[in-house]
Amino acid sequence: MDKIQFLVAISVALFALGLLGVIVRRNVLIMLMCMELMLNGVNLSLVAFAQQAASAAGAVLVFMVFVVATAEVAIAIPIVLLLVRRKDALDLDAYADLKG
Amino acid sequence: MSRHLLTLIVLLPLLGFLLNGLLGNRLGKRFVSAVGCGLPILAFAVAVKCFLDLRAGGTPLIDTVYTWADIGGSGFEVAFYFDALSAVMALIVTGVGSLIHVYSIGYMKEDSSYARYFAYLNLFLFFMLSLVLGRSLLVLFVGWEGVGLASYLLIGFWFEDPEKARAGKKAFITNRIGDAGFLLGMFLLYQALGTLDADRINAAFMAPVPPAVSASLLGILLFIGACGKSAQIPLHVWLPDAMAGPTPVSALIHAATMVTAGVYMVSRLSGIYMHAPEASAVVATIGAATAFFAATIAIAQNDIKKVLAYSTISQLGFMFVAAGVGAYGVAIFHLYTHAFFKACLFLGAGSVIHALGGEQDLRRMGGLARKIPVTFATFAVATAAIAGIPPLAGFFSKDEILWYAFASSTGGSPLLFGVAAATALLTAFYMFRLLWLTFFGASRMSKEVEHHVHESPLSMTGVLVVLAALSAVGGFLALPQFLGSLLPLPEVVPALEHYETTLVVTSIVIAFAGLAAAAFVYGDSGERAERLRGSLSGLYRVLSGKYFIDEAYDRLIGRPLYWISERVFFRLGDQKIIDGTLHGLAALGRRTAGGFSRVQTGSLHLYALLVLIGIIASLAWSFRHG
Repeated sequence: MDKIQFLVAISVALFALGLLGVIVRRNVLIMLMCMELMLNGVNLSLVAFAQQAASAAGAVLVFMVFVVATAEVAIAIPIVLLLVRRKDALDLDAYADLKG
Repeated sequence: MSRHLLTLIVLLPLLGFLLNGLLGNRLGKRFVSAVGCGLPILAFAVAVKCFLDLRAGGTPLIDTVYTWADIGGSGFEVAFYFDALSAVMALIVTGVGSLIHVYSIGYMKEDSSYARYFAYLNLFLFFMLSLVLGRSLLVLFVGWEGVGLASYLLIGFWFEDPEKARAGKKAFITNRIGDAGFLLGMFLLYQALGTLDADRINAAFMAPVPPAVSASLLGILLFIGACGKSAQIPLHVWLPDAMAGPTPVSALIHAATMVTAGVYMVSRLSGIYMHAPEASAVVATIGAATAFFAATIAIAQNDIKKVLAYSTISQLGFMFVAAGVGAYGVAIFHLYTHAFFKACLFLGAGSVIHALGGEQDLRRMGGLARKIPVTFATFAVATAAIAGIPPLAGFFSKDEILWYAFASSTGGSPLLFGVAAATALLTAFYMFRLLWLTFFGASRMSKEVEHHVHESPLSMTGVLVVLAALSAVGGFLALPQFLGSLLPLPEVVPALEHYETTLVVTSIVIAFAGLAAAAFVYGDSGERAERLRGSLSGLYRVLSGKYFIDEAYDRLIGRPLYWISERVFFRLGDQKIIDGTLHGLAALGRRTAGGFSRVQTGSLHLYALLVLIGIIASLAWSFRHG
């Protein structure tokens, strides 16, 4: 198993962990963290493939993902704050009544 | 200017319609009467001028207004054509029409829709004149439909009464059935000849090589149209109901002019019928059957206008008998005398109804002769004219019809003569019965009605006197000879020639026999009539029920149609198939959406899981098809 394969395997593992966390955990903050984990899994694979193809495009895309992730957190945390203020709970099931 | 005189005849009444229809209500009754009567009288004057031109020139006047459509070599022109036949018709329409307009001033004085009445009446004249003067059958057809429209509007003039509105609809729909035949005939003509101009059609059929089309089929198709408009069996049912309109309308449209349009059309296209012995036989048979059958009904009617309506149907049958045996000129002659005496009878009936404050039932009249003498005198003259008492107008025309029904070499037969003679007897009988029940004997009116009986104003009685005079002397005009060059009279079977005097005597005897029979039955205070009715009660019921034709049509045609419309087209077609499809589609959408909406639980975890499943599924799919 060479280095690239190893890195891709790790990125898949990170992504899978994150996805699993989003699906099974109830806590909003944990879910957000798991989403970051998924993003980072993807980032890792991007970096690995960019290294293998000797192209800068993949690395540029990684910075793009960083920016998006930062923006996402900057919006998501205030939303969570507002939710918690309303119901005083971090469990997402408490907010199921928000469905259309 | 003089080139467009014919157009002027047609357009003057249209101008009257527009003026009265648009401004009549604002400008008052004086204006309406002046416009409504003045313009038809002016049209009559122009028609007389054209007639003099025609006599001086000898060739038909043609006035092409504009080209309607230009199709390859052929085309349709709006053109008016003025030969001896259309001259006679135009003079009758404008002349009798103007008289009836004048009469209407008095008759409709109290009506709140005075302007609307005159507008419709002028509209009718406009369409009738385009029917009569149209050179192309297409223009004739526009007039044909237009008079149907005017007739519908005027029958249902008092449309607040649903019964009268229904009578208007009945007339309109019955006429549509005939029009279908007329249209088919026109299509066939255009296909075969490439023209619809009446004079060219006649010329084509008169040519040494006749066109390659069945003249009999054409004749029968066109006659179906004539049947509808002229109320012949089996399309006669609308005319008696059309009496729901104001009485001058019955006189103008449903006696003197519009209903004779069928006779005019058959005579106009005589070229076709001369080459179609089968179609002519159909025309004569239907005419004779209608004449006899309507005359029998007229005997047992108690409504003064219904008697006259059936009498009109019967007289129209006479005209078709004449046309069917090839004596087109005689048919037009009877049309012309009939226009005078039947208009006089209807207007006289209108005067009686006016005097009695709306009463139309013969059983509540009687003894009116001395109370309304002018009406009585004119009515009596017209009755004698229609019964065929010499030397009044009806005698001459009816006698000629009987003669040609007997002796014409193209379709005349003793049987036809027998039916026509029997009808003539019945005609004399029911007309004198009408005269007796209305004007003689003891009064059967209520005291209140009797107190109010009054002679009509001068505008009405004056017209009655003029028409009665025309009914008296109109027969001295030798119209068939005047039309002879255009509508030659048929050959007489040589072996029968010496019967002519005998037949004249017979028809005089018939007229007086009818008079005598009516005088005998109704001359006493009604006991003999009562006894006669008692001994023939079955026959009386059939006759007063009009042979139950309306009921039969209702059972055989009306109700099945209604049933099919209701059950098949409405409940099955409209409600089940069309509405059902739409409701089904809507329900399908709603149910599918209901199924999918279960997915929207509000649980983010489930959504994430579904996204995961979606990603995996799409990945798997893309690998397989990659």
